[in-house]
Amino acid sequence: MTKFTYPQEQDLQRFVNARYRTAWIWQIVFLSALLLAILSLSALSLDVVDGAFGYVAYEFKKDPLTISQTPIDDLQKEELLTILQTSLSKGAYGKLDKEKPMETRTAEDLYSLVLERIIQVKTLETFPLYDSLFRKAEIEAYVQETYPDARLEFRSWLTPRFLTSPMSSRAEFAGVRTALFGSMWLVTIAIAFALPVGVGAAIYLQEYARKNFINTIIQMNINNLAGVPSIVYGMLGLAIFVRAMEAFTSGAMFGITDTNGRTIMSAGLTMGILVLPLVIINAQEAIKAVPDSIRQAAYGVGATKWQTVWSHVLPNALPGILTGSILAMSRAVGETAPLIIVGASTFISIDPNGPFSKFTALPIQIYQWTARPQGEFHAIAAAAIIVLLSLLLTLNATAILLRNRFQQRF
Amino acid sequence: MTQPETMQYAIETNDLSIFYGKFEAVRDVNLKIEKQKITAIIGPSGCGKSTLLRAFNRMNDFVPTSRVEGEILMHGTNLYSKQIDPVEVRRRIGMVFQKPNPFPKSIYENIAWGARINGFKGDMDELVEQSLRGAALWDEVKDKLKQSAYALSGGQQQRLCIARTIAIQPEIILMDEPASALDPISTLRIEELMQELKKNYTILIVTHNMQQAARVSDYTAMMMLYEETRSGTVIEYDETKTIFTRPKDKRTEDYVTGRFG
Repeated sequence: MTKFTYPQEQDLQRFVNARYRTAWIWQIVFLSALLLAILSLSALSLDVVDGAFGYVAYEFKKDPLTISQTPIDDLQKEELLTILQTSLSKGAYGKLDKEKPMETRTAEDLYSLVLERIIQVKTLETFPLYDSLFRKAEIEAYVQETYPDARLEFRSWLTPRFLTSPMSSRAEFAGVRTALFGSMWLVTIAIAFALPVGVGAAIYLQEYARKNFINTIIQMNINNLAGVPSIVYGMLGLAIFVRAMEAFTSGAMFGITDTNGRTIMSAGLTMGILVLPLVIINAQEAIKAVPDSIRQAAYGVGATKWQTVWSHVLPNALPGILTGSILAMSRAVGETAPLIIVGASTFISIDPNGPFSKFTALPIQIYQWTARPQGEFHAIAAAAIIVLLSLLLTLNATAILLRNRFQQRF
Repeated sequence: MTQPETMQYAIETNDLSIFYGKFEAVRDVNLKIEKQKITAIIGPSGCGKSTLLRAFNRMNDFVPTSRVEGEILMHGTNLYSKQIDPVEVRRRIGMVFQKPNPFPKSIYENIAWGARINGFKGDMDELVEQSLRGAALWDEVKDKLKQSAYALSGGQQQRLCIARTIAIQPEIILMDEPASALDPISTLRIEELMQELKKNYTILIVTHNMQQAARVSDYTAMMMLYEETRSGTVIEYDETKTIFTRPKDKRTEDYVTGRFG
C-alpha cells in the first residue's frame, strides 16, 4: 500500500503553492516579453511622430504681404497667374510656360510656384515635437538669437498637400504623390503576377503533387525562398527583368522608347517574385484548412478532381488566400533593398503613367530623405513614414476583416 | 428468362484483397451482394469494414499507397480494370459518410451541384424536391432551400447527404456508419429511410451497432482479423436472421451475442 504515495495535507498544500508560484513566474516572463514588444513599438511610433510635427524656423526672401493684400492661401488661379507674370523675369516665366503652358496648370501648381520662385520660403531649422511642446521658451530664445529675421511657426509636415504634391528638391514643397503612385503601381503588378502563379502552384502542390522525393525538395525550397534576403531578389530582378528582358520591361516591344529596363514593370515583377513564396505558403495553408470530408463528399457524387478543387476547395480557401495575399502586398509595399538594386529613380517629379515609366516608391523616398543632412528633409521623411505605416496598417486591417468576415467554420 | 450468373447480383467480389503499401488490410473477400437488399458489414474495430466498403466505389484510390488484388464485378465488369474511370464508378455507386458532410452551400445547391457536374438535363427544382422527398427531408426544409446546409441539425444533414446521393441516381448506396454520429431519434429516421430506399437501391452499410444491423439489414457479412497477419476478412456471410440466430462460426456467435469484441 505504501509503494505509491502522493503528498498529503500540509505537504500537499506546500506542493500546490509551489506549482502556483511556478505558473506565476512564467506568466510574469511572458507578460514582460509582451510589454517589451509594445514598448519598442511605441518608441518607434513616438520617434516618427516626434519628427513629423514641431516648430520650424523659416524666413521669406520676399514677404508675401508685399505681393498681395489677401493671404496667398486664399488666392484664385488668375490672381496667382498675375503674380507670377509680374514678379518673375520674362525668361524664367517663358521657360516655365514652355515646360507646361501656365494656363493649363492647376491652382495648386501655381501656388507652389509662387512659394518656390517668388516668396522663396527658406527653412532654417526644424525642432522635434517633444521640444516644441515642452521647451517652447528655449526654442524661441534660441531662434531669436541665431536667426534674428526668422519667423517661428508650429508646423505639421504631414498635410493633405504633402500627400498630393509631387517630389521637389525643396523639402517645403516636396510631397509623396509620385512615390505613392509608384508604390501602388508596384504592388498592383506584383500581386497581379504573384497571386495567380502562387495560387496555381499551391493548388498543384496540395491537390495534385504526389508525395515523392522531388516534390519534397520543391516544397522545402519554397519554404526556404520565403526567407531569402530581399536584396538577393533585387539582384535577380536586375539580371532578369532589367537586363535580360529589357525589350519587354522597357516597353520597347510596345513602342515605348524613352526608358531603359529600370521601369515599374521590372520592379513590380521583382516584387512579385519576392512575395511569391509567401503567397504559395499562405495559399497552401488555406487549402490545407479545407477539411477532407468536403473533398470526399464531392468525389462521392462523382466529381472529378478539378471539379472538386474549383467548386469546393478554392471557394472555401479563398478568404485565407486573400488574407495571405494582402499580407504579401504589405510586404511588397515596405521592401526597399530590391528597388534600389532594380533602379528606382531617386528624384522624379512626374507621376508614373503606366507600367513602363520610371518610378520611385515610398520606402525609397524615405530612404533618400533620411540620407540628406538638412533637418527639414528628416521631418518630411518622418511624415512619409507615417504615410507608409498607415498604408500598411490599412492593408493588414483589411486582411483581418476579410478573415473574420468570411471565415468558414466546418 | 435466364440471366448470366453475375447479373443476379448488384455487385460481387472475387478474392478481393486490399493493401496499404505492404500491409494487407483486407484479404480474400468473396461477397455476392443481392439487388435491392440491405447488406450490413459488421465486425470489431480495425478489421477493415470501412476499407472494404470504400473499395466498392474506389474511394481508397485517394490513399496513395493503396492497391487492390482480385476483382469487384458490377454487371460483369471489373471496377478495377484499366479502362474503368473511377469517377464513373462513384456516380453509379454513391456514398454516405460517417460524419454528415454537406457542402458549405445552400440546401438546394447541395443537391443541384452533384446533378449539374454529372450533366443532368431537366428540371432542377423538381429533382431537388424529389431527392429531398426521397430522403424524407422535404417537409422540413422546403421553405429554406436557399439557407446554408450547415444550419440543419446533424440528422437532417445526414438525410441531406442521402438526398444528394440519390439525386444522381446511383444503383448502389454505400453507407459508412451513417448513424454513428446521430442521436437515437435521428438514427431511427435514417433506418426507416433505408427501408424506403431499398425499394430502388441496393444498400451496403457498415455498422458497429449490432441491433442496427439486426434491425435494418437483410444480409450480414461478419468480418474478423486473421490473428497472425492482422488482415481482415469476411468469416461468415448469410441472411441476417441466420447470422444473429444460428451462426455457423463460433466467433460470429460470440460477437453478435456480445461475448466478444
